[in-house]
Amino acid sequence: MQALTDRVKPVDRRPLTFVEKLYLPAIWKGMAITFKHIFQKKATVNYPEEKRPFSPVFRGLHILNRDEEGRERCTACGLCAVACPAEAITMEAAERKPGEEHLYREEKYAARYEINMLRCIFCGFCEEACPKDAIYLTETFAPANYQRKGFIYGKEDLLIPDPKEKQTV
Amino acid sequence: MTIDWYFILEKLILISGVLALSLIVAMYSTWGERKVAAVIQDRRGPNRAGPLGLLQPLADGGKLFFKEEIIPASAHRFLFILGPSLAMLVACMTSAVIPWGDTLVIAGQEISLQVADINIGILYIFGVVSLGVYGIMLGGWASNNKYSLLASVRAASQIISYELAMGLSLIALLMLTGSLSLKDIVEQQRHGLWNVVYQPLGFLIFLVCAFAECNRTPFDLPEAENELNGGYHLEYSSMKLGFYLFAEYINMFISSALMASLYFGGYSFPGMDSLGLPHNVVTILGFLALFLKILVFLFLFMWVRWTIPRFRYDQLMRLGWNVMIPLALVNMLITGAIVLFRQG
Repeated sequence: MQALTDRVKPVDRRPLTFVEKLYLPAIWKGMAITFKHIFQKKATVNYPEEKRPFSPVFRGLHILNRDEEGRERCTACGLCAVACPAEAITMEAAERKPGEEHLYREEKYAARYEINMLRCIFCGFCEEACPKDAIYLTETFAPANYQRKGFIYGKEDLLIPDPKEKQTV
Repeated sequence: MTIDWYFILEKLILISGVLALSLIVAMYSTWGERKVAAVIQDRRGPNRAGPLGLLQPLADGGKLFFKEEIIPASAHRFLFILGPSLAMLVACMTSAVIPWGDTLVIAGQEISLQVADINIGILYIFGVVSLGVYGIMLGGWASNNKYSLLASVRAASQIISYELAMGLSLIALLMLTGSLSLKDIVEQQRHGLWNVVYQPLGFLIFLVCAFAECNRTPFDLPEAENELNGGYHLEYSSMKLGFYLFAEYINMFISSALMASLYFGGYSFPGMDSLGLPHNVVTILGFLALFLKILVFLFLFMWVRWTIPRFRYDQLMRLGWNVMIPLALVNMLITGAIVLFRQG
C-alpha cells in the first residue's frame, strides 16, 4: 500500500540478535540512564520553605483600592460586573450621606461588593474595565477553605487597609 | 552434663544483635527504596520526618501499628495469621549462619561473630528460604480471595523454578570451595581471590535468581498490582501486611549478605592481614567492609527495581527453565571439568 504521509515508520520485525537476546547489555544501558538521573537537578520545589516566583503579570486575588486620603475609590458603577465573563462580581450601590465624605470618594459607593472566588477565572477584565482605578489583581491566590461560602469575598476581605490608619499604628 | 551459661549468654546477645541489625536495615531499606526511587526519578523523596526524612520508617511503622486489623469473614483465621508470621520468622532465621565478621577477643575469650558456624550453612539457608514460600502460599490461600490465591500460586511456581538454577549455580561454587560452611568459604577468599573471579557466570545466575527469590522487580509478579489488585497480601492490613513487606526487605538484606559472603569475600577485604592493627580492630573493619558490600547490593536491588519493567509471566518461566537452568548446568559442567583437570 502506498504510504499516505512521509512520516510512516516501518516496524522493525527482525528477530532479536544473539546479543539482544542476552538482555543484559540493554539492561545495563537502562541502568546507566537511571544512574545518570541521580545527579540531575531535582524538579521538586521544597514548597513551604521555597516558593516558585510568580511572573510579573500574574493575576491573583483582587483588592479594592483607596485613594491617598483613605477613601474608597469604588463608585459601584458596575462596569466590572458587566465585564466579568464568569459573572463572579455582585454589588449593591448606596448614596453617600453628608458627613461620610472622608469614607467615600464620590457621592455613590458600593454598600456591598462581593466576588465569588470559585467563579472567578482571574482574567483581569474587571481591572481593565474599572474607570476609577478601584480594583486590582494582586500576586496572591485564594487560600483553601472548607465551605463554599468561604470563597465569597466581601468588602471586608477585599478592601486594602486605610493608609491613614496605617500611619497612626 | 553441665550447661555452659556463658556460651548461651554470648549466643543470645549475638542473636539479638543480628536480629536487631536485620530489622533496622530492613526498616531503613524502605526509606532507602523511597529515596533511591526519588533521586532516580529526579525527585527528592521523603524529607519531612526528621533530617533527610530519616524518621520516616518510624512514622510508617507507627502508622501500620495503628491501622485497623481486618480478618475477612471467609478467611481461614489460623492460617491467615500463620502466613505473615511464617514469612517473618523464616526471613529472620536465615541470618543465623551468615558470618558477620571474624572473631572478637574479649577478656581472653574468643567470640565468633557468627551465630552458628554449622558445616552445612548453605544447605541450611536453602532449606529455610524454601520454607519462605509457605508463608506466601498460606497467606494467599487463607485469604479466600482469587487474586491472592493467583498471586501466591505465581510466587510458589516462580520461587521453585528459580531455586533450581540458584542451587545449580551454587553447586559449581561448592566444587571450587569444597565446603558448605559459609565461614570456610569466606576464609578461603580472605587468603585468595574473591569467588566472583572464578565464577562470574555463576554469580550472574545467582544474582538473577536472588532477584526472583526476593520477588523483586523485574520478577515481582506475585505483587503485580495492576494485574492482581495487590498481590498475595491483598486481604492483609495493619501489621500483618507490615510483616509481609518487612519480610521481603529482610530477605533482600540476607540475600545481599549471602552474595557478599559467597562471591565477594564476605567480611574480608584486600590487604586485611597486612594492616598490622590489633585483631579486634581488624574484625570490626571487616564487619564494616561486609556491611558496605551489603549496602552496595541493596542499592543494586533498588536501582534495578526503578529501571527495569516487569516480565510477563510466560517470559519469566521461559527465562527460568529455558535459559537459567541450562546456563547453570553448563557452568557446572565447565567448573567440574576444570576442577577435575587441575586435580589430574
